[in-house]
Amino acid sequence: MTKVQSIPSPSVHTEERAHEADHPSSLVAAFGADQPLRLDCGIDLAPFQIAYQTYGKLNAERSNAIMICHALTLDQHVANVHPLTGKPGWWEIMVGPGRPLDTEKYFIICSNVIGGCMGSTGPASTNPATGKVWGLDFPIITIPDMVRAQAMLLDRLGIDTLLCVVGGSMGGMQVLQWTAAYPKRVFSALPTACSTRHSAQNIAFHELGRQAVMADPDWHHGRYVDQGTHPHRGLAVARMAGHITYLSDAALHRKFGRRMQDRDLPTFSFDADFQVESYLRYQGSSFVERFDANSYLYLTRAMDYFDIAADHDGVLAQAFRGIQTRFCVVSFTSDWLFPTAESRALVHALNASSARVSFAEIETDRGHDAFLLDVPEFFDISRAFLESAGKARGLTEAGG
Amino acid sequence: MQQQVLPLAVVPPDTGHYRGDHLLVAEMVERGSKVLDVGCGEGDLLQLLETRGIDGRGIELSREGVNRCVAKGLAVVQGDADTDLVNYPDDAFDYVILSQTLQATRQPKVVLENLLRIGRRAIVSFPNFGFWKMRLQLLVGGHMPRTENLPATWYDTPNIHFCTIKDFVQLCDEINVKMERAVALDMYGRPLRVNLPWWFWNMFGEQGVFLLSRAEKGR
Repeated sequence: MTKVQSIPSPSVHTEERAHEADHPSSLVAAFGADQPLRLDCGIDLAPFQIAYQTYGKLNAERSNAIMICHALTLDQHVANVHPLTGKPGWWEIMVGPGRPLDTEKYFIICSNVIGGCMGSTGPASTNPATGKVWGLDFPIITIPDMVRAQAMLLDRLGIDTLLCVVGGSMGGMQVLQWTAAYPKRVFSALPTACSTRHSAQNIAFHELGRQAVMADPDWHHGRYVDQGTHPHRGLAVARMAGHITYLSDAALHRKFGRRMQDRDLPTFSFDADFQVESYLRYQGSSFVERFDANSYLYLTRAMDYFDIAADHDGVLAQAFRGIQTRFCVVSFTSDWLFPTAESRALVHALNASSARVSFAEIETDRGHDAFLLDVPEFFDISRAFLESAGKARGLTEAGG
Repeated sequence: MQQQVLPLAVVPPDTGHYRGDHLLVAEMVERGSKVLDVGCGEGDLLQLLETRGIDGRGIELSREGVNRCVAKGLAVVQGDADTDLVNYPDDAFDYVILSQTLQATRQPKVVLENLLRIGRRAIVSFPNFGFWKMRLQLLVGGHMPRTENLPATWYDTPNIHFCTIKDFVQLCDEINVKMERAVALDMYGRPLRVNLPWWFWNMFGEQGVFLLSRAEKGR
């Protein structure tokens, strides 16, 4: 008889996750009806809130603030224990005392993006008009919308100009949007493993993920909270597909090869015989514990729509004309989601705008996710770039 | 948001660790100008220029070189002089520097034309293949010359277009480039006396350093 095994139900975190969407375990900036967020789709979102974390201290000149923009499925918990998973922050390796983003020197801000599910208003939040979860009634958001909300947060914090905006993947898209939309507010920018537009292949993978979510009978056209369900199987499949794109063939092979999981012979079933299978299942099931399925739909859509050149008559260089921001663009050799060629096109456009730009391609077999991993060359470059930007901005040592 | 320039008072005095041709090139660049260093290697020249308040950028072919430059806080991108210079707009820089790189380009003439399109001025330095030691190695030794600065053997050298000072001067004439300054450096990186004849430079200069500008139109 053929055994069938699927993703186990993650009942543990469902209520906590729902609570976190409205009442996050982090700082929150609430914007009332008088301060709407103007969305690209034409809707004014109000009221709304942005959940965020800060690390380090803002100096007297307010010149040492760095904004970290998080990637698709991450959140504001950069360098502290995650409230849902209990795991360390996603970029603790990069952010902290003595780390490249040194919290002794810089004031680090990271907000959960609008449309997210960790406390910023999104499809998992309660719609004040109905008292129910927004679900698909939530308006479609874009990367520029996320950045506009971050700019409002920055206004609220009384910070005019950021020393640097840092981020990888979707975070990198936000970095680029920051420089294109608010060039004067960004002294330097460190976009990593990203592109100025989402490619057809990337959109295709996102569509695969969205269809997996929507095909789950527990999805209920996005109204799963009302039904007391969560499309965890569909979301886990979406995550599994996504996760493959974040790695590389070489990385998967090095990690797992064709090795079996806890057995020597195949079981002749659809059980997770291979280590790589059980790894992906684990990735999928741990993801659904912390993430909202509708939020995944909205955020992947935001990435798909992203195309900076399209907003400037198709000429990328136009987006950065006369820009004073210092750029450091970083790509990784084995990143096939955002290959180096796309970073190079960005660098050419920046050069054509006479911007001050550095570009480093880092050799690694770890794929797209390399920006989240221990890659010393990336740390050295980030550290030196920030130090050089700080020096150019007249930042003094030891907290300024 | 004007980028701040280090005040002169904190600039460390020039110490002996800079290469002779780098010091000469740096001396040719006006303070406060914007410079592109094509083939910037590990960024030594860019660092020297930075100490003089010059806004420098670099292009370098090797990934290791680029990453080392960026890790020093320099603004350097990975690129190929032969293919990437076309992407740079006209008049983007005050000076474009090609230091010890000309001989490694596939199309030196095209590269030179690009330098003077992108920059108001260009500074080019290259090893002089007419140097007496080179001539001697070929004449007496009968083998392709190798020197301390050019140690690669003929089959694994990145240098594919060697020229002499005389050849270079001819090329400048051919593409109508104005030679504002020309200096030949001897084996020790010291400039040869200015009033010496060209043939002497061509024989005793180990490298040539040229400050070029676009010739007036209609000439």
